[in-house]
Amino acid sequence: MMALVAENLAPIMFLGLIAFLLLGYPVAFSLGAVGLLFFVIGVELAPYSDGTITLSWPLLNSMPGRIFEVMRNDTLLAIPFFTFMGLILERSGMAEDLLETIGQLFGTIRGGLAYAVIFVGALLAATTGVVAASVISMGLISLPIMLRYGYDRRLASGTIAASGTLAQIIPPSLVLIVLADQLGRSVDDMYKGAILPGIALAGLYAVYVFIVSMIRPAAAPGLPPADIAYRKPDGSRGLPSLAAISIAAGVLGIAATWNLGYRSIDYAIVLMGACITIAFVMAVANRILASLTGTSLLSPLAERVTFVMVPPLLLIFLVLGTIIIGLATPTEGGAMGAVGALLLAGFKRFAVGEKNRLDWKIVGSAAEATAKLSAFVMFILIGARIFSLTFYGINGHVWVEHLLTSLPGGMYGFLVMVMVLVFVLAFFLDFFELAFILVPLLKPAAEAIFRTSPEAVAIAKSFGFAVIAAKDPSGVVVETVADVTPFMIWFGVLMAINMQTSFMHPPFGFALFYLRSVAPKEPYVDRVTGRTMNPVQSSDIYWGAVPFVGLQLSMIAIVMAMPWLAMHAMVKSKPAPTAIERTAPPDASSSAPEPLPVMPGSGDKRPFALPPEPPAIPGAVSESYRGPPPPTLDMSQPPRF
Amino acid sequence: MQTLLGLSRWIDDLNGRIGRAAAWLVLVAAVISSGNAIVRKTFDMSSNAWLDAQWWLYAMVFLLAAPWALRDNDHIRIDVVSGLLSPRQRGWIDLFGHIAFLLPVTLVILVTAWPYFLTSFLQNEQAKDAGGLPQWPIKALIPLAFTLLLAQAVSEIVKRIAILRGDLPEPGAHASAYHEAVTEAALMPDAPRPPTRMYPKTQNQAIDAPRHPDGDRP
Repeated sequence: MMALVAENLAPIMFLGLIAFLLLGYPVAFSLGAVGLLFFVIGVELAPYSDGTITLSWPLLNSMPGRIFEVMRNDTLLAIPFFTFMGLILERSGMAEDLLETIGQLFGTIRGGLAYAVIFVGALLAATTGVVAASVISMGLISLPIMLRYGYDRRLASGTIAASGTLAQIIPPSLVLIVLADQLGRSVDDMYKGAILPGIALAGLYAVYVFIVSMIRPAAAPGLPPADIAYRKPDGSRGLPSLAAISIAAGVLGIAATWNLGYRSIDYAIVLMGACITIAFVMAVANRILASLTGTSLLSPLAERVTFVMVPPLLLIFLVLGTIIIGLATPTEGGAMGAVGALLLAGFKRFAVGEKNRLDWKIVGSAAEATAKLSAFVMFILIGARIFSLTFYGINGHVWVEHLLTSLPGGMYGFLVMVMVLVFVLAFFLDFFELAFILVPLLKPAAEAIFRTSPEAVAIAKSFGFAVIAAKDPSGVVVETVADVTPFMIWFGVLMAINMQTSFMHPPFGFALFYLRSVAPKEPYVDRVTGRTMNPVQSSDIYWGAVPFVGLQLSMIAIVMAMPWLAMHAMVKSKPAPTAIERTAPPDASSSAPEPLPVMPGSGDKRPFALPPEPPAIPGAVSESYRGPPPPTLDMSQPPRF
Repeated sequence: MQTLLGLSRWIDDLNGRIGRAAAWLVLVAAVISSGNAIVRKTFDMSSNAWLDAQWWLYAMVFLLAAPWALRDNDHIRIDVVSGLLSPRQRGWIDLFGHIAFLLPVTLVILVTAWPYFLTSFLQNEQAKDAGGLPQWPIKALIPLAFTLLLAQAVSEIVKRIAILRGDLPEPGAHASAYHEAVTEAALMPDAPRPPTRMYPKTQNQAIDAPRHPDGDRP
């Protein structure tokens, strides 16, 4: 009996965890309590366990050290910075300006306000990583306007909640930071992997709005021409002028950045920074010119769009840009973003004179909300560390790995299974709990599967990642992926898209919760039209979210079918040519598998090549290494001079 | 009971003050971290002491804010099941959790963290990296924070018993307290949001931002 319990302690502990969590006591302490309880049980049962339980009393002394590791964690230091930044940014009025101007830009186009919400949602998402800030500002500003113009309540609330949730997938997102930390990969790799899927998801939302506005034009009307502001004195809208300044800024920007040596996403970031600076300079010059001569070359709309796009794009450049180019660590990027948001709000306060943009009370309450969030997040992590001390001590990770690697269907079977699991669990847990409890359990299994599964090897070959071929004792050549990092990034991005859904469905749909808290609950009188408007029902908010959850799920399927979307930053060359396999000498009688490096095209990462980065020294200043690439010994190509 | 409730109020007040004060360190950490990043890139100077200061400050924020978050019921729970129970039943669960979950975890950490700090202190443990801050002061934070957490746990137990005995009124519902805090911080009922120039009906006539009749609060 004892032996039976001892051998199955891992599943029992897992069930115990579920029972403890369902009690409804704070997660952080429940996790720690499960860990301690099963630690005691484990130590008592260790003699019966046939060596699978490796717990003993002195091991408890490692607990302060584990807490100290949590304290020292540099990556998670970004959490308070991004939270603080989001809360201050919400007060700075940036979202209001953006929504107003972009809404005017789309003008009479059917569904224009919905497109504006999606576009601004994506912009806000790229500036900060906090869902609350985006949903609350867009719910406060856009929802009443959309209702005024007769938008379908479900479409309006669903668009706002979903666009606010983009903050979870478009970098610099908190989810991506936490996932990168838990998967043991670098945050900027994770960011690069998530950019394309994030933009594609925003695109999917827009396509959905377009389809709805085609099928049911009444659900998403355009603005009536009388309500279009920023007209030129002669009544025209001045769109050609906007097009002109965009093209001019684009051409000059490309000319200025062409030879700086950045490529792909890095280049896009640098180009964006250059273009917005040029457009800003042109708009300011025009303003000065207009005040001197009295004739403005730019239309009011073009000028307004330029000025309103400067703060968010500047912040994106300051935060995301510096992280991706490698100028700053995610923590530093978050800190600069927090200071940048403070400066922006301070600019509004002191230069524009909007008094309630910034005062000590606002900063204090933002800091307090940030401190509370940090406390509960980090304590969940501390609880999870106590839990994992015991869970690893009873070989629980081995149990989970066996469970997951024995799933049928190979790599895709595993991925589908995990995605379904996360989707279901997201009904009960929010993303911090998923990331701290579930992801560490999934990580070893995921690494094992990506290393050996034939599907992963096929993907690795087509993208030119290194593959190791080795002979197992029976003489069959087994191919494995040399470095599973791209696959783990892919996996993390899939998880991040999936965890978005947890914001979008009851009972823990925080995006819906935030929207509910700012949407009218009772009939109200519209200030502009004077009509009495019906309130937004909770059922409207819930049902409005359903199609967008569907879109998020289809995005998971798209990224799963096209790993390139997440791995593109790591694809180094054209698809590798046929792998050249060195056949082992016939008399190789050693039982150990002999690794045979497959040599794909030039420039590939080789198992025996030097790592591209020098080894990291903990605590040292991270300087990005910009020397020549590691030496290659590619015999398939003639030497070049 | 009144003595105990007095003690509990004192603990609540103390941890509230400490937590609120620690919250400001977020701002300090942000300024230090961004300043450090800019100085490092522009003047090519760096010091491990500043890098250490960042995580010291953050550790102080989350460890010292935790008792305060416990007081305000901000540690997140999974209330799928407990949402179906009566407030009194949830009160019993809380009491059970405080005694069976929170106290043992806090005590074990406290008992092991004290020698952990003492070893470091007696060796006068210095930074692992050149120019960094000495290690032992920040290690003192673990026993300190968990002592405060233990005190808060005692206070919570006293309050729970008082509520179950009828000496204190039942507090309101406590679901998603953190998210309410965020919403509050973002909405700030006493700091009215500025009027914006959203969608004037006619082009020259500015109007206030649209909002529902009962103001900012839902």
